[in-house]
Amino acid sequence: MEDQLIIGGTKLNSRLFLGTGKFASYEQIPAAVAASGAQVVTVALRRVDFETPGENMLEYLPEGTVIMPNTSGARNAAEAVRIARIARESGCGNWIKIEVISDQKYLLPDNQETIEATKILAAEGFIVLPYMCPDLMAAKRMVEAGAAAIMPLGAPIGTNRGLKTEELIKILIAEIELPVIVDAGIGRPSEAATAIELGAAAVLVNTAVATADQPVLMAEAFGEAVRAGRKAFLAGLGGTQTFASASSPLTGFLRSE
Amino acid sequence: MSFYELLKKYEPAELQNYLNNSSSQIEKIIPKLTLTELEFLTLLSPKATPFLELMAQNAYLLSLHHFGRNILLYTPLYLADYCVNQCVYCGFNTTNQRKRRQLTLEEVRAEAAAISQTGLKHLLILTGESRKHSSVDYIRDCVKILKEYFTSISIEIYPLETDEYAKLIESGVDGLTIYQEVYHQPTYLELHPAGPKRDYRYRLETPERAAQAGIRTINIGALLGLADWRTEAFYTGLHAQYLLNKFPEIELSLSFPRMRPHSGGYEPTSPVSDQALVQIMLAMRLFLPRAGITISTRESATFRNHLLKLGVTKMSAGSSTVVGGHIDDNSENTGQFEIADQRSVAEIQAAIIKQGYKPIFKDWHPLEDFS
Repeated sequence: MEDQLIIGGTKLNSRLFLGTGKFASYEQIPAAVAASGAQVVTVALRRVDFETPGENMLEYLPEGTVIMPNTSGARNAAEAVRIARIARESGCGNWIKIEVISDQKYLLPDNQETIEATKILAAEGFIVLPYMCPDLMAAKRMVEAGAAAIMPLGAPIGTNRGLKTEELIKILIAEIELPVIVDAGIGRPSEAATAIELGAAAVLVNTAVATADQPVLMAEAFGEAVRAGRKAFLAGLGGTQTFASASSPLTGFLRSE
Repeated sequence: MSFYELLKKYEPAELQNYLNNSSSQIEKIIPKLTLTELEFLTLLSPKATPFLELMAQNAYLLSLHHFGRNILLYTPLYLADYCVNQCVYCGFNTTNQRKRRQLTLEEVRAEAAAISQTGLKHLLILTGESRKHSSVDYIRDCVKILKEYFTSISIEIYPLETDEYAKLIESGVDGLTIYQEVYHQPTYLELHPAGPKRDYRYRLETPERAAQAGIRTINIGALLGLADWRTEAFYTGLHAQYLLNKFPEIELSLSFPRMRPHSGGYEPTSPVSDQALVQIMLAMRLFLPRAGITISTRESATFRNHLLKLGVTKMSAGSSTVVGGHIDDNSENTGQFEIADQRSVAEIQAAIIKQGYKPIFKDWHPLEDFS
């Protein structure tokens, strides 16, 4: 059976999405994309230098890459909408990762504003992937607003602290029919594998790859972890037992009848 | 509570007492995820100095994770050096007999063209305080021209009213740099004997007026060397935290400018050593992990190279503090202060790359069509 992730009508071969900030050079980005097999790459429009040769990050992305511009720097829905439109007009395609941060202290996304921006941009034909704090009602509203997937955070961005919001993400995976992509916080390949084993459709990683001593090797490790996680999810994880088998079963009497 | 009232809670004498007698254990504070104000103060104390390496290791990782291997480059552009203030430590002091100059709009365009040749996209424009020469309308006219060349324009000018900030933001300004210079009020009054800048509280509340007007980034700092650096650094950190709490949408950054030689010859009363500057930077990074840290060409090339990994996120490059410094040979004119790092943009770019970092030229895209 073919196991493909489809977002906004695009068939994707990889469940690893890569971020492009924080790398020590733009040359590392295509190498990391190739080593990991990632197909979707997010770029902050604020960083894209369309005018200066050699400084335009988009020139470094391998052919076939799905560019997902993000609205980094947006403080509210209106700014996110403007950034998305500029991105599309600049030739970055119609995917958009909505990132609305009205809190620079912890860099947590503003769900309320994100729902607003999702509604407007989806109506304008964008393929909208909102980055959010994992909250079930907010996620449902993003679905209603026309999101193509939802992207809950695993931990505050840049912390590499792993799946701190695991319980909430499990609920989103169970309740939301759209692909759930864990974005932010994943610090190591084993955590990416865990997210995928849980049923997340994909993971987005930046800091853990870009700030590793060997980013390209780390990208490869993440690619393998995500593939392993998906195989484990499809294979069906064996249950784990919390307690040893009781010597005096509580329901033993049922068999004696 | 206003920040002015908050500051009053921390009397200098009490701070000194705490700095010298705190029994807190530095090695327990350093790895904490969030620091209290007093823990931050402890990291600025003489007791923390032996732990600088441990602080540096933690500050390095925090900076790496939050900002990556990226350093944003910008340069200052001096529009005019007319000034009505009498800051005793500044080359632009009104009592300082010197030839003054204000760029014409044609000269602004020529400067912009010269600077943009270097690839820079982030610009910081400066003026002295003279509403007569450098009116808000003049600055706005300059910004309109500069928008054609740069994607981000910040201002380091005299304090404005909220509606004046709104006017400049509307014309394309997205960032504000304003240094309190000295947080210790009695020293502030001593160093600013006359002129509008003498109003301590008006200056203190400047970032708030700009934030209310919708500015996107704010960079604050104290001019180091004018008063005790430990307490000044503490007040700066408090100010940053206050602004972050009150205006969480602002991208906040900090500068730690040290006094440089200038025409006028004021000698700093409380010189700040390299080690002290490093301690301030590290304590600030641990206290405010996501705040930007700006290091200007006031510092030498060698020192800046070493600072790179300790939490710096933004550096100036190819700077001139002379009005018209990019378009003509100003051998007879002097700048606001002497530049220590004289390298070109290309040289600084190469030095950053050599250290395994990526110089960033563009980190903002204007949301409006300002033309």
